[in-house]
Amino acid sequence: MKILRDLFKDYRFFLSFVVLVIIVIMALLSLISPYDPTLWNVVPRDMKPSAEYWLGTDSNGQDVFWQATFAVRNSLIISLIAGAVSRVIAILVGMVAGYKGGMTDRILMFVGDSLLVIPLFLIMVMLAMLVRQFMNLVLLGLLLSFFGWAWDARVIRSMILSLRERDFTNTAILSGTGTVKLVLNEYMPFTMPLIFSTLINNISWAIGLEITLAILGLVNLSIPTLGTMLNWALFYQSILLGRWWWILTPVTLSLLLFIALYWLSVSISEYLDPRTRVQRVGA
Amino acid sequence: MTFVKRYLIPRLIQYVLVIWLGITVVFLIPRLTPNDPVMRMIAEMRGRGSTLEPGAMDGIIQDLTEMYGLEGSWLDQYWAFWGRLFKGDFGVSFFQFPARVNKLIFNAMPWTLTLLLTTTAFSWIGGNILGGLAGYFSRKGWSRVLDAVAMVVRPFPYYIFAFALLLIFAYVVRWFPITGGASLGAQPSFTWAYIKNVLWHSTLPAISLIVLGGAVNFQTMKLIVQNINAESFVQYAKMSGVTEGRIVGKYVIRNALLPQVTGLALSLGQIFSGALITEIVFGYPGLGMLLFRAIVNGDYNLIMGITIFSILGITTGILIVDLTYPLLDPRVRYS
Repeated sequence: MKILRDLFKDYRFFLSFVVLVIIVIMALLSLISPYDPTLWNVVPRDMKPSAEYWLGTDSNGQDVFWQATFAVRNSLIISLIAGAVSRVIAILVGMVAGYKGGMTDRILMFVGDSLLVIPLFLIMVMLAMLVRQFMNLVLLGLLLSFFGWAWDARVIRSMILSLRERDFTNTAILSGTGTVKLVLNEYMPFTMPLIFSTLINNISWAIGLEITLAILGLVNLSIPTLGTMLNWALFYQSILLGRWWWILTPVTLSLLLFIALYWLSVSISEYLDPRTRVQRVGA
Repeated sequence: MTFVKRYLIPRLIQYVLVIWLGITVVFLIPRLTPNDPVMRMIAEMRGRGSTLEPGAMDGIIQDLTEMYGLEGSWLDQYWAFWGRLFKGDFGVSFFQFPARVNKLIFNAMPWTLTLLLTTTAFSWIGGNILGGLAGYFSRKGWSRVLDAVAMVVRPFPYYIFAFALLLIFAYVVRWFPITGGASLGAQPSFTWAYIKNVLWHSTLPAISLIVLGGAVNFQTMKLIVQNINAESFVQYAKMSGVTEGRIVGKYVIRNALLPQVTGLALSLGQIFSGALITEIVFGYPGLGMLLFRAIVNGDYNLIMGITIFSILGITTGILIVDLTYPLLDPRVRYS
């Protein structure tokens, strides 16, 4: 609780927390939506925002506000799957590479570095082209997670490397603690905060990549996400036709989401790193 | 000799291995996905209602089967795949049949290369200098303003940021053109008018890439410099009366640049992808736009060509960055 109270003193944490809570509430609202997001022409088309249609309606005949609640929910689902699964990969690879060292370490880091070096975006495009007709939320999340672990595995590995040199490692080994137990019980608590902050960054990355793929039409466009909403708005030339309420809804929501996630991760990692904390307090 | 053995040879081996791994992934993707890529592509082209002469269609089927190399065992296919690559043969494009993929890529490449090199240079140098100064003078007002700007800009993905710039500067205030690399009908030539036209069209894409890339460099550099500041050699230099300008320029930034060079090498792939996405937003006629048209037209061959080509380009770029590293760091040179 004290940690939370300290964190809330950072205005960035406070603001991003509030924004994220609002966005999550919005995602939850999709559960009580009066409209089915997959049906078209359920409301009059191209209406301006009004008391009845809070954020107006689009050229597909859908209510922009309720559509946005589904979009936010689905984007969050995709990115949470991507974040969670790639965390598991990153933790496994990072810990094994850091703890085992030697050849295992070199091979794992080579694979990871190659993933960083290869233009993943193009590989994703190739894959998405071929599996487009099977594409759903879970598959997209898994695809993203398969490519999103490399950098974080590297970060976790270097943390483990420094932990391995500490005295308590030797104490544990000499007192007969097994490797698995040592890693899970002794190292996990140290790496947890770090893993959490990489998770936030990964979620943000996944949302961004989903938007990019959706703009290119490489996902299932009938599932509302922030990306597909933007795709439809662009497809119907909503900018040229002046339907700002339609195009600005996904743009504003994603901008808010990106800034909030980033500020959250920065404020947490600054709090965790005592060096910058001292600088901040001392300033 | 130790330099060659310890640094150069491992780097070269890594270079070859990464290319091998990347291209192997490109080879595997169509084979691991659950449907026959050739028939799927054909169906997709038919579905789009493309009209092709029967002869062309046969040619495409054969070319596709050959390019995917779907005859024989996987090992045979793998060998044939590499054989074609070594001959520099990426097959034909569908949507601009019978143009060779090579030729399309080479036509688009100068645009991407120019945009990418200029913006990466600007954002790296500019971001590092500003970040270094802001890190050293972190209590000054301007340093905080820059920091705040970077905090807002940094989290945006390339697409969203480019799109926001486009909305503001091409639709709301009409300072820049909405799309294209040059005005329609402008003849490519080395006249001032044409160059000015191209520069005017390139401004927004370039700004978008420079600001986003610069923000990343700014922030990492600032952090590194703040850590170096706490080191005793800086304190010592201050106490012995070395001028601040000299400390920043000569000692602090130089030391902090080393990890930034490594960082540049590691992020080159991402920067490249970002440039492709930015090109798509601004309709800039480079590889990104070619990729976009290939996606819209279901031109798998062209996408594959662009991907393989990019893997070669990026890994070579990283190798070059890595090879300049010893010039900056004497420890690598002499150890």
